[in-house]
Amino acid sequence: MATQATYLGMPLDLNDLDVENVAYFKHCAAHDFHLQKCGICGLLRYPPTTACPWCASPRSDWVKVEGKGEVHSYSEVHHAIQPAFKAHTPYLILLVDLDTQKGHPTEHESLRVVGNLTTPDGKLAPPDMVRRVGIGTRVRMVFSDVAPGLAIPQWTIDEGAAQPAKPWRYPQE
Amino acid sequence: MTMPAETDATSPKHLRDKYAIVGVGETTYTRGSGKTTRALGTWAVRNAIEDAGLKPSDVDGILSYQSRDSTFSTFIAGDLGIRPNFYMDVFGGGSSTEALVGMAMGLIEAGMCKVVVIFRAMNGFSQVRIGGTGARAVAPVSGDMLHSRAYGWQSAGQMFSLTFMRHMYDYGTRPEQVAAVKAIHSEHASNNPKAFYKQRFTVEDVLKSRIICKPLHLLDCCVETDNGTALVVTSAERARDCRHPRTLIRGVVGRCNKPRTDMHYQHGPISTVAGKYAREILWPNAGVGPEDVDITGSYDAFTFTTMLQLEDYGFCKKGDGGQYVSDGTIRLGGRRPNNTSGGHLCEGYTHGLNMVIENVRQLRHDADDSCPMGPDGKRRHTYDYREGGCRQVKKCEVSANMGWANPGTGSAMVMRNE
Repeated sequence: MATQATYLGMPLDLNDLDVENVAYFKHCAAHDFHLQKCGICGLLRYPPTTACPWCASPRSDWVKVEGKGEVHSYSEVHHAIQPAFKAHTPYLILLVDLDTQKGHPTEHESLRVVGNLTTPDGKLAPPDMVRRVGIGTRVRMVFSDVAPGLAIPQWTIDEGAAQPAKPWRYPQE
Repeated sequence: MTMPAETDATSPKHLRDKYAIVGVGETTYTRGSGKTTRALGTWAVRNAIEDAGLKPSDVDGILSYQSRDSTFSTFIAGDLGIRPNFYMDVFGGGSSTEALVGMAMGLIEAGMCKVVVIFRAMNGFSQVRIGGTGARAVAPVSGDMLHSRAYGWQSAGQMFSLTFMRHMYDYGTRPEQVAAVKAIHSEHASNNPKAFYKQRFTVEDVLKSRIICKPLHLLDCCVETDNGTALVVTSAERARDCRHPRTLIRGVVGRCNKPRTDMHYQHGPISTVAGKYAREILWPNAGVGPEDVDITGSYDAFTFTTMLQLEDYGFCKKGDGGQYVSDGTIRLGGRRPNNTSGGHLCEGYTHGLNMVIENVRQLRHDADDSCPMGPDGKRRHTYDYREGGCRQVKKCEVSANMGWANPGTGSAMVMRNE
């Protein structure tokens, strides 16, 4: 049955026909991060797809993947476009290189997973936390619960990890 | 000019100099056109056909591009009395112009039609905002958008910023270097009576304008406007009978992609854009290289898109884009001016078509600036590029247009005069 829910006042609609996304978000709802592993070439992929982007095989299995990585790039949004985000500026959009499969299958490829910077309980980060994060920051995955059966993956600062002395941030604060 | 000897092209049968752009036309660049996209498209197509010295009955192909924000080509054709032997409306914005020119060449080459008009009609300010505000901002989030819009990652600026930011990190590109693109395009626009923004801005103005989403300030972003724009493509032979000197098409590459076209984020380096791949088709097809080009039209949805493309098409060394766009090269009077109309940042937002129109006029030596008109009806260009003055490039024989859909997808075209 389709999952329809509201997140930050924004309607989300997970359609039954979208079987790969249904499977992906089912794991997220259990605060568990799973990706498809190709049944032929063995590579993981993100976001969920019907076929493998490297070998086109439709065979895959969902496997648990560690939600840890490093900020590859980011944007800090001050002028929100969507009404849902206007009350939460500035917010960060993070593109995170997972440690898993980093630099594979070619040196410039990685599983790059998008998310916002949030608090450990999945709330959009306050401004003082936003200012601590830049390219190179070590982050760990957390989840924002949306509804029974639906949560979306997010990123928070990995306080247990060795952090760069000064992550790279845009020069104008 | 003397063209280099034949070089290897991608296809064994390239179409270098066999086709021409013979007509260009547009409506006023406004915010609040007071017209339907159907009316805007009709005016633009009519103006382009008239500019070519043709009649609507000479046109038998019509192509358009849109994002559910415009009128289908059959309405425009019917309203102008064009009987198409072929029509097609494709989905998409930036990068469509050059791609459709390539399709028009293919249609004529295949014998399916003889004269093709391409248009883009949009109320980009007063109806459907490209930035995604209004109706687009509140639509339900589903499918692939669960991985993007759910994170407040929706508008073009938000989507592309990760690429822009990483370029600064990888190569030390500085905000003031990129801001020079806006400053220079605004100087060009001040010599373009059609431009929506004719005011000149400085680098400091850009850096002082409010942050939209880092690294973009308000003035790093283009101006959304309402307008119709159109081009007429036909064979080089047929072009001899048209009104203006011929603008010949040397080579086209259409909607060329990086690996993993999903915004290219899985396949890095993300500070490299589609131009790296497109240039391998463009320059061999055109039989020229970046050094042969006199004027560029590098898509300026944002200051950064201009820089990234000029870099990846090879106008400078990889990583030197910031230097290239800020050292005077791309300014009128410089070695290779870019977007002499003011482009999307200042003239108006058309998803690329106005940048091709501008280069056609430049190649005809007929930039519509404020220079005095001679008794033969042609402007006497002064090459005085001060505010309100000339914007014709003095030596202008070969142009390159580079269209941008997103960091992972781009199109390009080289044209020349005779």
